[in-house]
Amino acid sequence: MSFQTKNPVIRWIEYRMPVFSFLDHAVGSGYPTPKNLNYFWNFGSLAGIVLVIMIATGVLLAMQYTPHVDYAFTSVERIMRDVNYGWLIRYIHMNGASFFFIVVYIHVFRGLYYGSYKAPRELLWMLGLVILLLMMATAFMGYVLPWGQMSFWGATVITNLFSAIPLVGESIVTWLWGGFSVANPTLNRFFALHFLLPFVIVAVVVLHIWALHRFGSNNPLGIDVKGPQDTIPFHPYYTAKDYLGLGVFLIIFAAVVFFAPNYMGHADNYIEANPLSTPAHIVPEWYFLPFYAMLRAVTFDIAIPFTGVVLIDAKLGGVIAMFGSILILFLLPWLDTSPVRSSKFRPLYKWFFWVLVLDSVLLGYVGSQPPEEPWVTVGQFATLYYFLHFLVLLPLLGKLERPKPLPASIGKPVLGGSGPVHASGTAKPMEKA
Amino acid sequence: MRKPVATFALAAALALGGLAAGPLGSARAAGEVSVPSRDWSFDGLFGAFDPAAMQRGLQVYKDVCASCHGLRFVAFRNLQALGYDADQVAAIAADFEVEDGPDGEGEMFMRPAVGSDTWPSPFPNEQAARVANGGAYPPDLSLIVEARGGGADYLHHLLIGYTDPPADLEVPPGQYYNDYFPGNLIAMPPPLMEGIIEYADGTPATPEQMAADVTTFLAWAAEPQLVERKRMGIKVILFLLVLTGLLYAVKRKVWSDVPH
Repeated sequence: MSFQTKNPVIRWIEYRMPVFSFLDHAVGSGYPTPKNLNYFWNFGSLAGIVLVIMIATGVLLAMQYTPHVDYAFTSVERIMRDVNYGWLIRYIHMNGASFFFIVVYIHVFRGLYYGSYKAPRELLWMLGLVILLLMMATAFMGYVLPWGQMSFWGATVITNLFSAIPLVGESIVTWLWGGFSVANPTLNRFFALHFLLPFVIVAVVVLHIWALHRFGSNNPLGIDVKGPQDTIPFHPYYTAKDYLGLGVFLIIFAAVVFFAPNYMGHADNYIEANPLSTPAHIVPEWYFLPFYAMLRAVTFDIAIPFTGVVLIDAKLGGVIAMFGSILILFLLPWLDTSPVRSSKFRPLYKWFFWVLVLDSVLLGYVGSQPPEEPWVTVGQFATLYYFLHFLVLLPLLGKLERPKPLPASIGKPVLGGSGPVHASGTAKPMEKA
Repeated sequence: MRKPVATFALAAALALGGLAAGPLGSARAAGEVSVPSRDWSFDGLFGAFDPAAMQRGLQVYKDVCASCHGLRFVAFRNLQALGYDADQVAAIAADFEVEDGPDGEGEMFMRPAVGSDTWPSPFPNEQAARVANGGAYPPDLSLIVEARGGGADYLHHLLIGYTDPPADLEVPPGQYYNDYFPGNLIAMPPPLMEGIIEYADGTPATPEQMAADVTTFLAWAAEPQLVERKRMGIKVILFLLVLTGLLYAVKRKVWSDVPH
């Protein structure tokens, strides 16, 4: 089913550069996709669309924004007040960041639930984590640009984390700042990097999709595609489904942009940055709160017993916990020893998955609270559990759990009967292409 | 068909759960006082600023607040949104002097403000403001409604929230006890007294009325595009509802030949 058309212009181009057959193979009728994907599989394409929205609005904002400590805050207010529809573009960009994380977090947890990270999709998973890390760096630097109080103090707190690195930490921080405090050179480079990194993300997204197309999407049953009766063409089936998901997403997104644009932000960021006045509570944006909780969970030095020789002080320990929480996910394909992908057939893992979800939400709440009891202790146990899940529970579960029997093929359970697969009925959609 | 719909509902619920995490994210942190909420003309899907309240609020700002607080992001031309015409705006602006220059001799000079000028700040810099206010810095009010956790409700209650301190609290000189200010001790003297101004439109100028009016005015100053934003939002959402309905029909049609 190679790409065919009668349109002479398309044929002319296709002969010289086969871009149309490439697209058809990538997201068209030439890309066979498991027929049983549920709506959780919408979030990958949604994330791609949000990335495009962010780049489009971001480029427009950059045309009016001034990355200078004396003018940044004022230029953002000028965008809000005097630039035609500047308020709309900025509110879309500002809330787009939050929605990007909502979409991507659902995408990641979908992968955790259905075991999408397992062989042969380990590289696909790891490229996704690289995208997540790049997103976090981009979001952090973007939040600094309006040069409000939280921008400035968030930048100060996070860049200072690098001073925890032994020996070279202080030098690294000075190098990051381009000076001896968060100041104009810092804002300048954050703007440059905030503009650059989204395009790096685009490049890694291309790799992510490339890796995806090698074996195609995982599916809710987590079993391999056995033949054409298990698949339908991506277009028109999943394009139609993705459009519907996009419609629902845009309704929710628009509701926030137009009716609660500052709901997910922090009031302090409407106060211009003042290096002489520290806000009462420095809190990151909501999507960083679980990581912030882990950063603050390590309140103790790790020393060699009875000698008092500190190996890892509390600050470095917190930094290791925070970055480790993501880095550990790179090892997930090997930490999870179960050969069964989907939680549907993993009676024990299913429960631990939901406990991990609750643990992450709890960490988010702890991150939003001032570092006082009982939240310090709660945060420490929640952090401990997070690592326990990946380092201890997952390797053990694969050995202890007795998975339910897997269905013979995707086509079979979808037909709802235990009888033989009716090839005539199920193969039809793919043949239509 | 039922099952995907159920999972999608779950996905949507998760997304909304993410939204619910929002206020946690912005951490109405401990120590911040909870503020009773109040009805505002600009609340709700169809909310719009009440022009009469804004005009009275402008009067309160001009006669009471402006002696200490700036309004640097508001230009006089913006006041047309309060219902004034260009001549009235020019007349309001002409009451103020702004620095301009340098002139042909290289000298800076003062001239009456025009519509394109932004509101002149009462002090040349922060240090001058602090010296004149016993060390405290009266913040610029352009964004005050957005820059405080409780928004308009907080500002309104702060302005009329001066009460007697608890018996065991010694209020230092130059400080005042306020129920709603974080930490309760505020350097701003109670600004709104009975009879401090007389409204041009004859509305009785009670402290409660003045607080509500100036809060409405400052809510507009913080987000002058609020009404346009909500009006556009209604249209956008209606459009998206219709579009999504059509997309749903398309999806049903396309998938009708795939057995479930």
